[in-house]
Amino acid sequence: MPSAERAALAGALAVHAGPGAEVPCTHCGLTVPAGLVEAGAGRQFCCTGCRTAYEILHEHGLDRYYRFSERREVPVAPTGRAYEEFDHEAFQKLYVRGLQGGLARVDLYLEGVHCASCVWLVERVPLLLPGVARAELEIRRSLARIEWDPAAVPLSQVARMLDSLGYPPHPFRGVQRDAVRRREDRAMLTRIGVAGAIAGNIMLAAFALYAGWGGGMEHRWQLFFRWTSLALVTPALFWPGRVFFAGAWSALRTRTLHMDVPVALGLAVGYAQGAYNTIRDSGPIYFDGLALLIFLLLVGRYLQQRGQRAAADGAELLYSLTPSTARVLDDDGTARMVPAEALLPGMNLEVRPGETFAADGVITDGRSQLDTSLLTGESRPAHAGAGAEVFAGTVNLSAPVRVRVERAGESSRLAKLLQQVEESGRRRAPVVETANRMAAWFVAVVLALAAITFVIWEVRDPARAVDNAIALLIVTCPCALALSTPLAVSMAIGRAGRAGIFIKGGDALETLSRPGELLLDKTGTVTEGTTALVAWEGPAWVRPLVLALEAGSAHPLAAGFRAAWPGETGPPASSVEHTMGGGISGIVNGRRVVVGSPAFVRAAAGAEAAPVAALPSELTPVLVAVDGVVVAAAGLGDPLRPDAPGAVAALRARGWEVALLSGDAPPVVAAVARALGLPPDAATGGATPEQKLRAVERARARTARPVVMVGDGVNDAAAIAAAAVGIGVHGGAEACLATADVYLTRPGLAPLVELVAGAERTMAVIRRNLAFSLIYNLLGAGAAMAGALNPLVAALLMPASSLTVVVSSWQARTFRGGPA
Amino acid sequence: MSVIYIVVPLALLVVGAAVAAFVWAASRGQFDDLDTPAVRMLHDDDEREPPGDA
Repeated sequence: MPSAERAALAGALAVHAGPGAEVPCTHCGLTVPAGLVEAGAGRQFCCTGCRTAYEILHEHGLDRYYRFSERREVPVAPTGRAYEEFDHEAFQKLYVRGLQGGLARVDLYLEGVHCASCVWLVERVPLLLPGVARAELEIRRSLARIEWDPAAVPLSQVARMLDSLGYPPHPFRGVQRDAVRRREDRAMLTRIGVAGAIAGNIMLAAFALYAGWGGGMEHRWQLFFRWTSLALVTPALFWPGRVFFAGAWSALRTRTLHMDVPVALGLAVGYAQGAYNTIRDSGPIYFDGLALLIFLLLVGRYLQQRGQRAAADGAELLYSLTPSTARVLDDDGTARMVPAEALLPGMNLEVRPGETFAADGVITDGRSQLDTSLLTGESRPAHAGAGAEVFAGTVNLSAPVRVRVERAGESSRLAKLLQQVEESGRRRAPVVETANRMAAWFVAVVLALAAITFVIWEVRDPARAVDNAIALLIVTCPCALALSTPLAVSMAIGRAGRAGIFIKGGDALETLSRPGELLLDKTGTVTEGTTALVAWEGPAWVRPLVLALEAGSAHPLAAGFRAAWPGETGPPASSVEHTMGGGISGIVNGRRVVVGSPAFVRAAAGAEAAPVAALPSELTPVLVAVDGVVVAAAGLGDPLRPDAPGAVAALRARGWEVALLSGDAPPVVAAVARALGLPPDAATGGATPEQKLRAVERARARTARPVVMVGDGVNDAAAIAAAAVGIGVHGGAEACLATADVYLTRPGLAPLVELVAGAERTMAVIRRNLAFSLIYNLLGAGAAMAGALNPLVAALLMPASSLTVVVSSWQARTFRGGPA
Repeated sequence: MSVIYIVVPLALLVVGAAVAAFVWAASRGQFDDLDTPAVRMLHDDDEREPPGDA
């Protein structure tokens, strides 16, 4: 930790530096701590990370970096990892692709990429290593593409180089999906380009025709421009326009109605009639309108897809950040890092405090406390010693342990749970958007109106009956109607993304706009998910003694004490003794202090000074004894997020039925429900991941209202996938990110309220858009039925209606941009 | 006015060429990343170090 190191050095060197002078760090430009300023030296550094980065750059003549006006103003914080797992076969098989000429390519997600100078560094510095052929950075997603010769330089060396510059690399997990998307994006962009070019040029021909409409245009020019238009619209219909026919066809085949159906109908009828009129040389052609329709609809779709993709990207990159390595012990006792995918049953792993178990196995050596909340939702740490079974996804909290792998990869309990998650995600029926539900009615009404028009005109003027009926079909082609949802949704998703709410699909917004049942996970969602001091019964003079004793401890309870009293420090403690599963004792200021579980402390201390007040049963009790007398009691627990009660109240006020669904012990869950103001029957505790999934499925079967699951852990992932809308919260596990429809990147539950309110506003915008476009369609249909529709009116109505929808979507304040 | 018979097809040929260029560029991935090149052009490339001369 450079900051800790910096603080330590600052303390050690404070004697030498004079006060007052502020010296900027040569590398990052931040003020160098007074203790680190080297008198007389030309270059000053705020930390060793910055010094290393500077030395690399200076040594290779890259000092130009320091001429950039916009530089990364963050101290370089290398992790110092060896990245050996990057050279492992299993890693290479997963993330590395071979190129021609013996080169290999990998996409790495870099932490800490901010600005132009980062692009410069990442694209130049790796090239200094012999064997690296190419380094390119995509700044929006912080993805670096490295091409190198594995025979000349190992990937781990490239990774270490990036790390030493302050960009710790992670393998990008979405490589295969990325290739598919890239192809889709390119095809879509090509279609838009072609459709746009054709629409623009047809418009020129149409202007000539409209200008000559009042008479005065020679017939041969008219003929020429009509044929030109036909020649132009044909490729537009059969290349970019093909997607609508394909969409309509697949909708009809599955006996559902989609907005593509009326669009394809309008396109087909308009094109056939226009072509017929061109050939027989009389009557209106609608080619300009058709070409514009194709172009606008494609643009609307592109915008929607981009918005959803940005949200999915965000979640995927977070997913790349999660560690996937294990420290394997060889027979001779040396440790090496190996990707989790390469683990085999029978291997011996060393798992240090703070690390996550990468496979299921049995502890062979050591005792520690484990955080199993990812799998079980249990917030209190569990003790485990030799012989205990551990599962992948569990975090080791207090002491290093050795584990023999029993099940790894696909067969671990975690992987099985994830398969279940995927399955319930697949089973879920897609939500039909309002606009698509309307499509059925729309087609029926339009066809009925066309038939009525035909009959009326058959009586009044049979020569115009077919023309007017077809004009109606064309003018009601639902351009604005089909645009209304994608535009409103893409604007809302974009705004929500800036507010830290990643929404992966528009249907989530639609579902969330109606109140339903909201199931909240407890640990990490409603509560902080960490151990903190919640209650303290005792005099203040005891605090420094406790802190002194706990200063060197990695135990989560110790961290809870330190976080609760940040400003206070105690005198140094001596002869400190840890008792696993009991507590800690030592001498502070000559007094014997014992902190630990009630049984442990009472055994060590003779008497209780005063009966210590009873603590709420959901808290973990810790007693403090000084010189053999129990003087204080502390209750440690998982505190509520400060905004949780307010957010729950706001959601209930909006008509949502809120309930807790947790794997934690029932009394703890009931206490949290009380604190949130929920009725006792709204709290379910002790639920396994499988029970959570069933609870969500039961709720969905019971009610037609949307069932929403909010959670953070793998234990919630199956339930999240099965819910109508699954929401992952800040700090959640990767499986949760992958299946959630919405991901909240800001901590707390306030964004949840914002999301629901934003969804309601988005639906209001969609409804307004639909109303606008229906009004335009009614006007067009009326004109066609009255026989008053001419191509100019038709050509004006459509862009006008589309423009109305665009403006209406654009100015809507669906989501407020929150803090970045 | 008969020049229209030449000018319009000529214009359409130019459009065709532009569309072909766009399709080529899109298929070559020129529009995959729209953010980084805007930043990259700020760097002087005349000083680019040849790879591997460390």
